[in-house]
Amino acid sequence: MDILNIFKLALGEMLSPTTITFVLCALGLAVHFGFTGLLNFGQAAFAAVGAYGMVISIDTLKLPLFLAVLMGILCSVIFALILGIPTLRLRADYLAIVTIATAEVFRYFMTTIGFSKVTGGSNGLSQFGSEFWAMNPIPAGNYNFGFATYRADQLYVLMVGWGAVIIGALILRLLMRSPWGRVLKGIREDEDAVRSLGKNVFFYKLQALIIGGVFASIGGMIFVLNLSNVQPQVWTTNFTFTIWSVLLLGGAATILGPIAGGMIFIALISITQGLMSGLVDMGLLPFLTQPDIAQIRLLLIGLSLMLLVIFRPQGLFGNKKETQFNG
Amino acid sequence: MNIALRNTLGRFGRIVAALTILFSIFGGPILSQASAASTDGSPLIITGTVKNEKKPVEGVEFRITGNGLDEIATSNAEGKWLLEVEKKGIYEVEILLESLPKGVGLRDPEANIREANLNATNTAAVLFPLGKDTRVVQPIGDQIIIRLFAGLNLGLLLAVAAIGISLIFGTTGLNNFAHGEMVTFGALFTWLFHVELKMPLLVAAAITIVLSAGFGWLQDSALWKPLRKRRLGLNQIMIVSIGLSIILRQLFILFFEGDTKVLSSEYEKVVLGPINTTSSSLVSMGLSVAALAFVAWFLTRTRIGKAARAVSDNAALAAATGINVERIIRIVWVMAGALTGLAGILYGLQFQANYLLGAQILLLLFAAVTLGGLGKALGATVGAIIIGFVVELSALVIPIDLKYAAALIILIVVLLVRPQGVLGKKQRIG
Repeated sequence: MDILNIFKLALGEMLSPTTITFVLCALGLAVHFGFTGLLNFGQAAFAAVGAYGMVISIDTLKLPLFLAVLMGILCSVIFALILGIPTLRLRADYLAIVTIATAEVFRYFMTTIGFSKVTGGSNGLSQFGSEFWAMNPIPAGNYNFGFATYRADQLYVLMVGWGAVIIGALILRLLMRSPWGRVLKGIREDEDAVRSLGKNVFFYKLQALIIGGVFASIGGMIFVLNLSNVQPQVWTTNFTFTIWSVLLLGGAATILGPIAGGMIFIALISITQGLMSGLVDMGLLPFLTQPDIAQIRLLLIGLSLMLLVIFRPQGLFGNKKETQFNG
Repeated sequence: MNIALRNTLGRFGRIVAALTILFSIFGGPILSQASAASTDGSPLIITGTVKNEKKPVEGVEFRITGNGLDEIATSNAEGKWLLEVEKKGIYEVEILLESLPKGVGLRDPEANIREANLNATNTAAVLFPLGKDTRVVQPIGDQIIIRLFAGLNLGLLLAVAAIGISLIFGTTGLNNFAHGEMVTFGALFTWLFHVELKMPLLVAAAITIVLSAGFGWLQDSALWKPLRKRRLGLNQIMIVSIGLSIILRQLFILFFEGDTKVLSSEYEKVVLGPINTTSSSLVSMGLSVAALAFVAWFLTRTRIGKAARAVSDNAALAAATGINVERIIRIVWVMAGALTGLAGILYGLQFQANYLLGAQILLLLFAAVTLGGLGKALGATVGAIIIGFVVELSALVIPIDLKYAAALIILIVVLLVRPQGVLGKKQRIG
């Protein structure tokens, strides 16, 4: 078993575009759940709406990339309005069921053969990346960073992605320190108290839903730009609950939490998988086979959801006082 | 909160710095997660066998698409076909109806496209049960009758599974996202006892129901009761149940593999007017009705049932009148386990079983429970039958692959218009 290689792989995974996507989605979910107390179980749909909004704009509407990205964001705003206006008045657990159901409905619509001229059906779409890749400012070639080598296009995605994470986190930090952010936290702790101060709770919740959704949509766009394809079966409930694990690991009511949580979570999964795979090769885990190892990923996600909520609801970086609310 | 915030921000600044450094020093391969080839190098295979009245059918063509692939496979003299693929992922298999011999059609004429999931396993078996060609255009009246029958069948199955959710929600306030896995539990264990260990079906079903009841007991005593003792919030407990459902699903894959298990391949055909059905469907519907009637009797006529309804209405008040609330909740969990296990058995016998079975119908169950009014056990039955009808009738007007979406849209609309459900009492839900 090559321990060094396992850690190298984990480091690569920590910085990978997949991690960027989870971090951005988790930042959005932090706005929803951590700061406002909204139980959104459909974060995958926000990411998917952003991704499909951008891809279809390029593919069918022939818009340039810049406008297509704006379209993706606009789509997620509209999606948040459609989802939020009727449901934000409901009790928290109803909101959870409506969001998860909406996410599944969206996935069914992207999969169905009826719309496959536009959406690509279950095969998805893949002819949209050329403009993004053409904008790569990094000269072609391989770049060696210590013990890993990136191609220019890989480096480009990472730059764009982590750039988006840093800018997004800074914006969130300003927002949450503002009076507006304090109202959100007030809603999380006691909706009625905020209402009695004359604030329009519904309106604030809607704004939180939109902002968190936009973060997820940008995450979704980076995900599909990196792969150069968008497929409906990616945006399942498992995608949503991976984001929840990331958020709860880092700490729901923090900005640092989703970022560090995402990196740590992905690294932990990668290391566990690598170690177990090595142990299986050495014959030390006779009841498991190599394909079983792939299942460990989701098993860890489920386990971390349970253990974190029960034993450490504030996550690694949170404040326990901020996790006592119950919507 | 301010101090905490300041700490966070301080740490935040440091992390940004650390990130920048990390980013510039280290790196690693970017792993594309969309399509990893099989991890152990063994070939990935999509396969199946076509038989008509137990005789293999040669020359049937299958079109396999997905993950950039578009190929045709043809069945050989043994009726077997297979295709090796390179990438993991989900593929669509379409049986090309025009390649079937004359007079032979699909037993379920709409199911000409099925999914082959190669995410978890290296071999995916895709079966298309054949029967007499029913592709004659039926009068719309007959179609509606057929759909209503199928809807009733599905609705009754959902009802048996949904009552458990409703009872648990009523007595504990928990929306149990791991409920679908209890359905899967019933189906997979029946397969284990009946098909693998060759027990008679009734014995296998009886053992499974006892195990399912035990599973309900175990869940409550090992997990949910301690969490209630810790006074964990309901939303937090709901997230725990999501974690549990993911874990159970992965355990099912590890122990049962990811392929579809055939619980019964012997079908005795029954023709009722325009309806072509099987004896097992009719028996299943009868059993569902019996189970539902039993629950209705139990809740309205027995002391424990009445106590359970009292706990649903107001747990504190029930406790004050001398009802042992924890004991009632335990009984509810055991009952829910047994009923849901039964639903899994019936569902598996009609539609076959795999590890995702429960997860696929979970939202339909929530839809049924919500439609009937959360926490009202008998409301769930009405809700489930409505959902069954919606799913099947919607297929007359919208594409077949959107029929579950139709049920979920109904759920969303009901929550918006009448969140207390069709039978629920109006109360504060905002």
